[in-house]
Amino acid sequence: MTKNVMIVGVGGQGSLLASKLLGHILLQEGYDVKVSEVHGMSQRGGSVVTYVRFGEKVYSPIIDKGEADFIISFEQLEAARYLEYLKPEGRIVTNIQKIDPMPVIIGAAEYPEDLIGKMQAKGVAVDAMDCLSLAEEAGSSKAVNIVLMGRLSRYFDFPAETWEKAIKELVPEKFTELNLKAFALGRGE
Amino acid sequence: MKQLMLGNKAFARGLYEAGCCVVSSYPGTPSTEVTEEAAKFDDIYCEWAPNEKVAMETAFGASLAGRRSFCGMKHVGLNVAADPLYTCSYTGVNAGMVICVADDAGMHSSQNEQDSRHHAIAAKVPMLEPSDSAEALAFAKAAFELSEEYDTPVIIKMCTRVAHSQSVVETADRVELPVKKYEKNIAKYVMMPGNAIRRHPVVEDRMKRLAEYADSCPFNRVEMGDTSMGIITDSTSYMYAREVFGDKASILKIGMVNPLPVGLIRDFAAKVDRLVVIEELDPIIENHCRQLGLDVVGKDVFPINGEFSQNLIAEKLGMPVPAGVKLEEQLPVRPPVMCAGCPHRGIFYTLSKNKVTVLGDIGCYTLGAVAPLSSIEMTLCMGGSISATHGFNKALGRESEGRTVAVIGDSTFMHSGMTGLANIAYNQSNSTVIILDNSITGMTGHQQNPTTGYNIKGDPAGKIDLEALCRAMGFERVRIVDPYDLKECDTVIKEELAVDAPSVIISRRPCALLKYVKHKKPLIVDNDRCVGCKSCMRIGCPAISMKNGKAAIDTTLCVGCGVCQQLCGTKALISGEE
Repeated sequence: MTKNVMIVGVGGQGSLLASKLLGHILLQEGYDVKVSEVHGMSQRGGSVVTYVRFGEKVYSPIIDKGEADFIISFEQLEAARYLEYLKPEGRIVTNIQKIDPMPVIIGAAEYPEDLIGKMQAKGVAVDAMDCLSLAEEAGSSKAVNIVLMGRLSRYFDFPAETWEKAIKELVPEKFTELNLKAFALGRGE
Repeated sequence: MKQLMLGNKAFARGLYEAGCCVVSSYPGTPSTEVTEEAAKFDDIYCEWAPNEKVAMETAFGASLAGRRSFCGMKHVGLNVAADPLYTCSYTGVNAGMVICVADDAGMHSSQNEQDSRHHAIAAKVPMLEPSDSAEALAFAKAAFELSEEYDTPVIIKMCTRVAHSQSVVETADRVELPVKKYEKNIAKYVMMPGNAIRRHPVVEDRMKRLAEYADSCPFNRVEMGDTSMGIITDSTSYMYAREVFGDKASILKIGMVNPLPVGLIRDFAAKVDRLVVIEELDPIIENHCRQLGLDVVGKDVFPINGEFSQNLIAEKLGMPVPAGVKLEEQLPVRPPVMCAGCPHRGIFYTLSKNKVTVLGDIGCYTLGAVAPLSSIEMTLCMGGSISATHGFNKALGRESEGRTVAVIGDSTFMHSGMTGLANIAYNQSNSTVIILDNSITGMTGHQQNPTTGYNIKGDPAGKIDLEALCRAMGFERVRIVDPYDLKECDTVIKEELAVDAPSVIISRRPCALLKYVKHKKPLIVDNDRCVGCKSCMRIGCPAISMKNGKAAIDTTLCVGCGVCQQLCGTKALISGEE
């Protein structure tokens, strides 16, 4: 059975490293894996989405509505935007950070109130945390992606060492310690 | 070793393994990474050409000389390169020549949604269509063999979901090939009427032989399952179909989409009860089946526009589709925006303020059409801004000359803006052209171009002097402005629109995302001075928002460019440097 993880956020937030880490681990664990990214125009501060799919044999590179087991979100509004892609029994893991989109900045729209509460009221399992503070605690606001991966790792059967080994393999050495700390803070151990 | 690889990178790996020696391309989403990744192999000579036509001619020259060659481009780039394509179909090749064209169904980063398969049919060259990274690698290698065996350039059609998806590949070693000796052959390579007349039947014969090959081509694959439905499909549509049906349908997967097989399709059709063609964009396989007299389900149920997905295919064929929950409220959209510190912003603010009619071009700066700047009124194709402004002014004369400008980026100007500028110089329209020189090809992710002074590997290279070029064409008025200086922009734009002569304004400042650009510290809001007038918000900078009636600066985004400071009447925005 193919499992689906969507990673959503705002262009420039670092979702590429998150999907790279996930893909790397899943391949090592013997799964067939597909990772689909967005390049070009929409990267310029727009809403971006990355699909990670794994299983015995994966065909489609994309995740469709009602199919995601997990939605990993770098930003509240983006979590709500892609909610429709979540399976009824799926889970949202989101950073509570809010980033105003241009229509809000220019006053043409309002940033919606209490999106996490509204999603929970729909019966959706939402795991929300202040990833930005944790990333800063680890040493860099850019480590939000690894904090989120730490949180996601709680829902996978692989031991923490598997994730830590992959971080060491993928991240430049001078950032290893910072990212391992971010991972541990996200995982909450 | 098994590894996850981006489709475009796998394509580049295929070029490397096939012994390809010369690569010349122009960047364009979603094709760019094929060439960027190829440039990482020292055994391949790689370059960014000024445009796709030049790239294809360069690749053709290398093939003629006897080295396997490649050129890559996006779908609209193939229109630019159509001229050499349609005739090198006639000349054929010496060493293998492969062309990548990457379509963008769904228009993630494009100005139209054309189906490049039409070009392969019209130019009478074979076209392969991979469905994932492993096929991109394998097809790239096979394409060189086909090219040499059938004496023709071969196109490989990628699409966004194959180009920008990672899937598992296995790599092999590179084959080293000797140079295939170039032999003078005027009858084959000089396409004047007397020779071309003799080459056309060769092309027709080649397509006939290729059509026969299509029946046994290993890339056209039958996967028999339940025979109540037979699906003929290509590219990622194959993946979606397999996802939905598993073995509950039989599938004919088309890997060579031009020419299409005849016998194979007839045999397949005879084995199934109902024939369905699933293909994105135009009904090309479908029309082929209809010409064979087969009754098929196709565009009568599937859309002709947009991308497909597993749910779309399931829904159109009456299968159950999973559904998710949704919040009732309307969520604000998050469109792409010009980055904080983007040098284009100051120019568009000035043009918008002066109510100038702006005919635009292709690049990041197309976002100058988006609110609140809402400045650009037309964007057509690469280079179109300059020629269209000339036409606009020729049509209206004095009525438009003093209040219309063309805006075009440095890379796009090199691509096909120069010829439009030559037209202004030659046919003398009183037009004003603004070249937005941010010292890089920005939209596609920072590629070098002939004005930057560096080549694809980042080594020093030739550098074209834009001012000297414009002057050499006969423009006596060439002005340089710093787009961070709103007053200077305003003065110069007003002057050049007022003057009775054609002129070029070069707005010069490097892209704020370039690694070598040193940023200033983020601005600070003096809450005592800020009156909440929102003047600073008129430039649409993502780093500025209103919090509790006062301007607020996002310090993770602000690069201290100071454009907003110039709009603040109460001097509430303070430099972080002080």
